[in-house]
Amino acid sequence: MKDYEFIDHTYDVVVVGAGGAGLRATLGLAEAGLSTACITKVFPTRSHTVAAQGGISAALGNMGEDDWRFHFYDTIKGSDWLGDQDAIEFMCKEAPAAVIELEHYGVPFSRTSDGRIYQRPFGGMTTHYGEGTAHRTCAAADRTGHAMLHTLYQQSIKHHAEFFVEYFALDLIMQDGACRGVVALDLATGRLHRYRAHTVILATGGYGRAYFSCTSAHTCTGDGGGMALRAGLPMQDMEFVQFHPTGIYGSGCLITEGSRGEGGYLTNSDGERFMERYAPNAKDLASRDVVSRSMTIEIRGGRGVGKDKDHIHLHLEHLGPEVIHARLPGIAETARIFAGVDVNKDPIPVLPTVHYNMGGIPCNVHGEVVTSKSGNPDTVVPGLMAVGEAACVSVHGANRLGSNSLLDLVVFGREAGRHAATIVKPGQSHAPLAKDAGDFAVSRLDRLRNAKGSRGTAEIRLEMQKTMQRDAAVFRTGDTLKEGVAALSKTHASFADVKLADRGLIWNTDLVETIELDNLLGQATATIVSAENRKESRGAHAREDFENRDDVNWQKHTLCWVDDAGKTRIDYRPVHMNTLTKDVEPIPPKARTY
Amino acid sequence: MAVLTLPANSKIDKAAGRKYPAPAGAKRVRKFVIYRFDPDSGLNPRMDTYEVDMDACGPMVLDALIKIKNEVDSTLTFRRSCREGICGSCAMNIGGLNTLACTKACDEVKGDVKIYPLPHMPVVKDLVPDLTNFYAQYAAVKPWLQTRTPAPPDRERLQSKEDQEKIDRPSACILCACCSTACPSYWWNSDRFLGPAALLAAYRWIIDSRDEAIGERLDDLEDPFRLYRCHTIMNCTEACPKDLNPAKAIAEIKKMMLERQH
Repeated sequence: MKDYEFIDHTYDVVVVGAGGAGLRATLGLAEAGLSTACITKVFPTRSHTVAAQGGISAALGNMGEDDWRFHFYDTIKGSDWLGDQDAIEFMCKEAPAAVIELEHYGVPFSRTSDGRIYQRPFGGMTTHYGEGTAHRTCAAADRTGHAMLHTLYQQSIKHHAEFFVEYFALDLIMQDGACRGVVALDLATGRLHRYRAHTVILATGGYGRAYFSCTSAHTCTGDGGGMALRAGLPMQDMEFVQFHPTGIYGSGCLITEGSRGEGGYLTNSDGERFMERYAPNAKDLASRDVVSRSMTIEIRGGRGVGKDKDHIHLHLEHLGPEVIHARLPGIAETARIFAGVDVNKDPIPVLPTVHYNMGGIPCNVHGEVVTSKSGNPDTVVPGLMAVGEAACVSVHGANRLGSNSLLDLVVFGREAGRHAATIVKPGQSHAPLAKDAGDFAVSRLDRLRNAKGSRGTAEIRLEMQKTMQRDAAVFRTGDTLKEGVAALSKTHASFADVKLADRGLIWNTDLVETIELDNLLGQATATIVSAENRKESRGAHAREDFENRDDVNWQKHTLCWVDDAGKTRIDYRPVHMNTLTKDVEPIPPKARTY
Repeated sequence: MAVLTLPANSKIDKAAGRKYPAPAGAKRVRKFVIYRFDPDSGLNPRMDTYEVDMDACGPMVLDALIKIKNEVDSTLTFRRSCREGICGSCAMNIGGLNTLACTKACDEVKGDVKIYPLPHMPVVKDLVPDLTNFYAQYAAVKPWLQTRTPAPPDRERLQSKEDQEKIDRPSACILCACCSTACPSYWWNSDRFLGPAALLAAYRWIIDSRDEAIGERLDDLEDPFRLYRCHTIMNCTEACPKDLNPAKAIAEIKKMMLERQH
């Protein structure tokens, strides 16, 4: 196939994705002297980390007493005891140093009156194991992700990291169960590039676009997860999809939890602050799954606001223009543009909206991808790592706490880089690739580019998104999940009948969106099948037919394999209830109330 | 007399534009007239006209573009990502002004909605310009913290609220390139004039109380083109979809240049 001759590259490490996790890994590798390529389908500062608003958690104690052990406890409780406690210990203990490092890189954090990093309260973040409210979330106004992503990109330029911008990764090169590289399409020229590397780090983000309404960017299509599934690797805990309580009604644009951290609150059609009933202590700052469920119950009970009584009000009017201007300027702008609301005068119409995937590619504390093989649930896949939302370490378990995501990115991005640098020596020689390495990716690309079926990419995508929205929602039941599994399976099968109109190779977004859809379909399938399979309620997975958490049978991670035909297989991994060191005691499961 | 010719693919073939009528029964129809250039075809650009039923379309220009791509013509090519004005991907020229398609309401545009790529940039395809030079200029101002004093080992560098306030707005730039590609000086001298976006980035570091390279940063800008091609036309500030003020930042840099001569 003459159109598709490879341009070959050899690097010590290739990072796929240039969001917070990918950039932090790239930067560390470049600093360590490893030849590193970072492949990204969008210019780095356009990655979805840029849209993170509220902040990054770390027990700095700048605005009151704090301890990383409190953070550790909160994260485990937030995870509804599905998080791995060794990984959570690692993350929370590393957090202060990771955030200080960001400040040293130049992140324009908001400040306290004594010049330190400003910290705001966030959902589920407490002191003394649930007693008080922690000020733990370090913020740059309400554009912390923007501040971090731009700073990390700036540091990457400083360290001469090598980027392949607007290159779309197609598939991993797997040989004998090990990852040996990756194939990517250069959008600007339509040329294919084949990268040989000792280690590939997937930092490709979440797959929010599997749903109809989400806060995620159009580009959040879980490309790393799609590649991993095609390489025969499982996804972990995919049934746990976080609905953010405050997406703008209609557009789904995010309104940060920091708005409640600064004192905002929710009301129903009676004007009642209903969260006081559901979470008497934490109220509006309960964990996200709790708030989203409470809002849904209010709406179902006929107490929603608006003409169709189908959403909830978020009030910021009482905060005053000064707090809005200093702490929430982006929110004021977003509410004005997308809801037509002046937040100084009127409440914002909001609705729980798909926001974050707790599930992803299973990996250990160093970022090494693991799978369950021959009875060993921690079998490392050589040459492959995953970080950030694409990965499932798992530090978020069944429900992530707000501001733990930006933390996850830098802590595990940094650790993956550090660990890769210990297993790869600069300039270490490469074994030759197999003759047909990458051919799988090429034949798939060629087939899709020339697809002449009867269904457009957008049509199949919409059908998938509507099914996920309807059947894998805030509340789930066995019957609707079964319906969803059947409907999605039909949609998945219809992908064989996809049709493209653009046959070109240069900037063919028809083709890119189709490959992204393929990636989404696999992960949507893993999500809804895992959700149907898990017969309990835990964190973001709320089953109406199994209302309680069942630690005896279900305190375990789901693994789900999905083949090209959409056929699935399920297995499990144990939750790590042990800590990494003796610095902290494990937290045994107990009832979770806020 | 010198004869100036336009690059081969810059002339729009007016006769080649295709028309896509609104679906039957549409009541509130608007025309979107969109620049199309297909590099694989070898043909000159054309303007296609899409009629969109606004009762079945979201409010923003990006909503209309996505609707067209999803339902009418999947070959239409543009960048987009966050759809909430923070990633800077969907910058384009809409109704004669550079802005973000995702935050520009269709209602704010009078008459037919005419959409072109950002002006005076090489076009890769349809609404996708080549921003390589723009990014290189950003990197050229060394947009990272430069210090000589070592950072305190176990805590942040301190910065007063007042000092933070100075960098708060300038650091909010999203690198969408609306400002630079709205600037006539940049159109003529983009090879040597850094343009408003890169200069705003330079300013953001010059005034950061933590940065210790102000002298070198100003030295790097002391050049007839890099900085001084700004003739205070102010299109940059007018165009910025984030309400930032690159023109003021440039003026402040010029003032610092003067002050340090005394």
